[in-house]
Amino acid sequence: MKFTLSWLKEHLDTDAGVEAISTALTSLGLEVDGIDDPAAKLAAFTIAEVLTAERHPQADKLQVLSVSTGSGEPLQVVCGAPNARAGMKGVFGAPGTFVPGSGITLKVAAIRGVESRGMMCSMRELELSEEHDGIIELPADAPVGERYADYAGIGDPVFDVAITPNRQDCMGVRGIARDLAALGIGRLKPLAEAYRVAGFEVARSGVGPDVRTDDPAGCPAFFACTVSGVSNGPSPAWMQQKLKAIGQKPISALVDITNFVMFDLGRPLHVYDRARLSGALVARKARDGEQVVALNGKTYTVDATMTVIADDHEAHDIGGIMGGMASGCAETTTDVLIECAFFDPDAIARTGQKLLLTSDARSRFERGVDPAFLDDGLAVATHLVLELCGGTASEITRAGTPPLAVKTVAYRPARVAGLAGIDVPEDEQAAILTRLGFGVTQGSPWQVTVPSWRRDIGSVAAVNSGWDGEADLVEEVVRIHGLDRVPATPLPRAEGVAKPTATPAQKLERKLRRGTAARGFDEAVTWSFLPPAEADAFGGAAWTLANPISADMAAMRPSLLPGLLAAAKRNADRGQPSVRLFELGQRYHADGEHPTLALLMAGEARARDWRSGGVTAFDAYDAKAEALAALAAAGAPVDRLTVAAPAHGWWHPGRAGRLLLGKVALADFGMVHPATLAAFGVKGAVAAVEVYLDALPPARGRKARGAYTPPALQALTRDFAFVADEGLAADALLRAAAGADKALISGVKLFDRFVGERIGAGKISLAIEVTLQPTDKSLTDAEIEAVSAKVVAAAGKLGALLRG
Amino acid sequence: MSTDTLQADILAAIAAAASPEALETVRVGAMGKSGSVTALLKTLGGMTPEQRSVEGPRLNGLREAVSAALAARKTELETAALNARLVAERQDMTLPVVPALAGSIHPVSQVMDELAEIFADLGFAVATGPEIEDDWHNFSALNIPETHPARAMHDTFYFPQNAPGGGPRPLGGADQKRMLLRTHTSPVQIRTMMTQKPPIRIIAPGRVYRSDSDATHTPMFHQVEGLVIDKAVTLANLRWTLETFIKAFFEVDDVTLRFRPSYFPFTEPSVEVDVGYSSKTGKPAAAGDVDKWLEVLGSGMVHPRVISACGLDPDEYQGFAFGCGIDRLAMLKYGMNDLRPFFDADLRWLKHHGFSAFDVPTLSGGVGA
Repeated sequence: MKFTLSWLKEHLDTDAGVEAISTALTSLGLEVDGIDDPAAKLAAFTIAEVLTAERHPQADKLQVLSVSTGSGEPLQVVCGAPNARAGMKGVFGAPGTFVPGSGITLKVAAIRGVESRGMMCSMRELELSEEHDGIIELPADAPVGERYADYAGIGDPVFDVAITPNRQDCMGVRGIARDLAALGIGRLKPLAEAYRVAGFEVARSGVGPDVRTDDPAGCPAFFACTVSGVSNGPSPAWMQQKLKAIGQKPISALVDITNFVMFDLGRPLHVYDRARLSGALVARKARDGEQVVALNGKTYTVDATMTVIADDHEAHDIGGIMGGMASGCAETTTDVLIECAFFDPDAIARTGQKLLLTSDARSRFERGVDPAFLDDGLAVATHLVLELCGGTASEITRAGTPPLAVKTVAYRPARVAGLAGIDVPEDEQAAILTRLGFGVTQGSPWQVTVPSWRRDIGSVAAVNSGWDGEADLVEEVVRIHGLDRVPATPLPRAEGVAKPTATPAQKLERKLRRGTAARGFDEAVTWSFLPPAEADAFGGAAWTLANPISADMAAMRPSLLPGLLAAAKRNADRGQPSVRLFELGQRYHADGEHPTLALLMAGEARARDWRSGGVTAFDAYDAKAEALAALAAAGAPVDRLTVAAPAHGWWHPGRAGRLLLGKVALADFGMVHPATLAAFGVKGAVAAVEVYLDALPPARGRKARGAYTPPALQALTRDFAFVADEGLAADALLRAAAGADKALISGVKLFDRFVGERIGAGKISLAIEVTLQPTDKSLTDAEIEAVSAKVVAAAGKLGALLRG
Repeated sequence: MSTDTLQADILAAIAAAASPEALETVRVGAMGKSGSVTALLKTLGGMTPEQRSVEGPRLNGLREAVSAALAARKTELETAALNARLVAERQDMTLPVVPALAGSIHPVSQVMDELAEIFADLGFAVATGPEIEDDWHNFSALNIPETHPARAMHDTFYFPQNAPGGGPRPLGGADQKRMLLRTHTSPVQIRTMMTQKPPIRIIAPGRVYRSDSDATHTPMFHQVEGLVIDKAVTLANLRWTLETFIKAFFEVDDVTLRFRPSYFPFTEPSVEVDVGYSSKTGKPAAAGDVDKWLEVLGSGMVHPRVISACGLDPDEYQGFAFGCGIDRLAMLKYGMNDLRPFFDADLRWLKHHGFSAFDVPTLSGGVGA
């Protein structure tokens, strides 16, 4: 919302300057986004007279001027403008002045050998217009030495204020003036005084126009009158200046009047060329598929939920949002129909959202204009039309009634201290509310009536529930009293040492995040949404956005790996030789969100090095090691996990695995399928892990574990080498050996694995070390032999034979 | 040969022995079965007691001197041999080694941990909720009806009406189940108020989504929401809480906040909170040193309609809520100037801005890394 200082002062009688008003606006919640003060940047430019103009000795196109600035000796100024001549008056900038149009600070300088002490300026150099053919020429009576901005009347600062959606009443200059007056920044002038008239009554003749509303829900009230015999030329300079200052283009007096009233009073209107209407003008529900050609030149297809303004032939307006092309006022208009209607805010919002059509009228109607201002709005508009365009006004037709129910809030002034923590005396509270237009009846509780223009205070439906609206009034009181005066009062603290607040799931995530980083992985945060093709490579997205910001950000990730793969590729493309990334976040599946830890390793596992030689690549065992490390950190029973084949097609079928606890998959690990890598444009092998945090068994709190007694007897080890078919899983052999005598065997380790001709094709040699831990007495040779035999027998059941 | 001469000769031979082998030869020559000293010692047996009492100590002296010299020389030779070996074993200690793997924690995670730590001390638990939300929790329960302009303000990402994943949709009418990506972490407020009895003190950090993209906006970012619900909590408590938080987070002794009226549908009164900054220190500052204001937090007293929508009695319970951008907090505290690299996973950026795994924010150690 933009307005100029002088415009504000039409409604607000005040001596306050730009700075004071700006501070006041922000403290009221009307945040000042910017102030454009053209006078400020032109403050140093003064009116000067050219006394003499001589040809520059070194340059044909330059002149050497002697310039009088009204005080002191005349100054020598070198000037290139063709219109510079003795006797003319213009605008002078002294050395040290910043020239806004050229971005240069003037200084004393020699131009082609002649000293120049300042500059005579063009319009463009002062950013007043694009004019740059010569320097500004002022009338002969312009007072030399005076500030140019004062003389030219440039100096109306433009405020740009952000209006929050609740404050429709401040989408007009008068509403802003009202708020400032409530704060004590001046006096709000009565409406007639603001318009410099005694009143808005005008002589009327002839019946009012034939208007009605057939859609009392969408358009409860439709007030109108006509003015006949108008002449619609350009609007006067004062109106054009105001509209231009806030970025509006003047069009014609009739159109400008509607715009002016909208920005001045927050009251949207519409004017029709009566000659272009046929029959009655009716607010009605649109017919499905009906088309409206709006003023912006576009055709909109409306439906039966929307309100249009139509005559006998066609729908002209999208009611309350945009007027129609066919019935708008033009230079030729002689009879004008002025519409001042009330549209239902929710209906306007729905229609605007459906049609994707925004307008200044929509933004006001959907926030709720003052339902008690229809007669005033129409009177002001009629007054302006008669004043600027002449003609004769008709009687007013009032079709329907606006929703005028008065909201009365039960208000306890003690709630200011109760909610805001600041004491505001009751008489000050009453005065503030009264200045804002509320009606205050003190009592227990107070009965406070809400002014018709404050739709945001309470709701008609809920205001009698007992509490609705009271907090709004507290806000009003504190807003005017000074929100920044609210003190800081400690929030009561619990006694003693702060209790832990993190949940087990949060502690798990913290542990895994820091544990993984400590193992050399960099944490990434990648988008939750992916290109659909990338999601398809990982099983497809269960959730796809209806309105993504781009097609590449449409599919909610089914896995964290595609985001990390894309990141790995970006890093490789930037020349990173080794990538170890992880991310902790959600996968989005049809059954909900699943917290997941993903790790990805690409490029060099080890760089080439003088000790270890050439580069080594990551392999599936690196991935398995990371998966087990993460699971161990998470407290999962790593010893009880089994390894199954990968369950998904994006894993290498022979170099990946799934870690199961019973039947529950806790993690997948291994090499990513080459076809998947190719789809992502990733070169080289990639190892990866996904750990499914919500599949992990719940962490048990760490309890005291009881006293520990180390075994009194020394453990001993025995080595066995077995030959088996190559298909035998090492894990099966290890488990068989460990289970051969659970009482004595405390550990089994694989220490050698061998495939080769010596043991025969299709065979494998696996060597294990079995640790025996005697408990109460040392083992005899016979006992050791017996255990060894059990191990050999257990292996034999798997087809593994002791090597000879 | 006199024993004195013999001793001198042997000691000279020991001293001259340049290797363990040469020394052994000398030892055998003197102390071996047929060595010169052994031979002399054997003569003691044939002597008279008188002779023996004279010769005994002399010959034993000879033996001990030789033994001691042998032992000393042996140690000398061993030391020399060891020294020679050590010299030969010298390595270039300037050769580079493989650096220990050093990962990093993303600044967003670090700041989330800092927030959790600071607010834990004030008794706030960390609460979480789904990112794929229904519009009842994201909007309606927060006093943002369907036609409210605030819904347009949020530029919401929606899922199609027939989104495949049923998802959690416990509440609201049949027409209020449109699924969307949460536009703020405020739905966690709703979920918390509906499942916990006051008093409530939570912060809710997490990913949020808005259809917006430029240098300071990304379609996904992180927000933290704070909520206190009790019987007599006021804006003044909010101010103290925020002052305490800002001081702890930025590790400054003094802070200046500015409360400005604003509008959020879910709070009443609503407060925009500016933090006074000193460009000199680049940190929040005491009133006298403030030369600019940064909009950091939105806040206010929870709207009675929101409290009521969650099944609590707004005549009994009230409280405050606040929210701010975690990415923005990180940028302010740790000096990043662009939001977009946060989500690019560029290793160079991660290593530059990331944190050591061991920089765990703690109250005793300080929440700054």
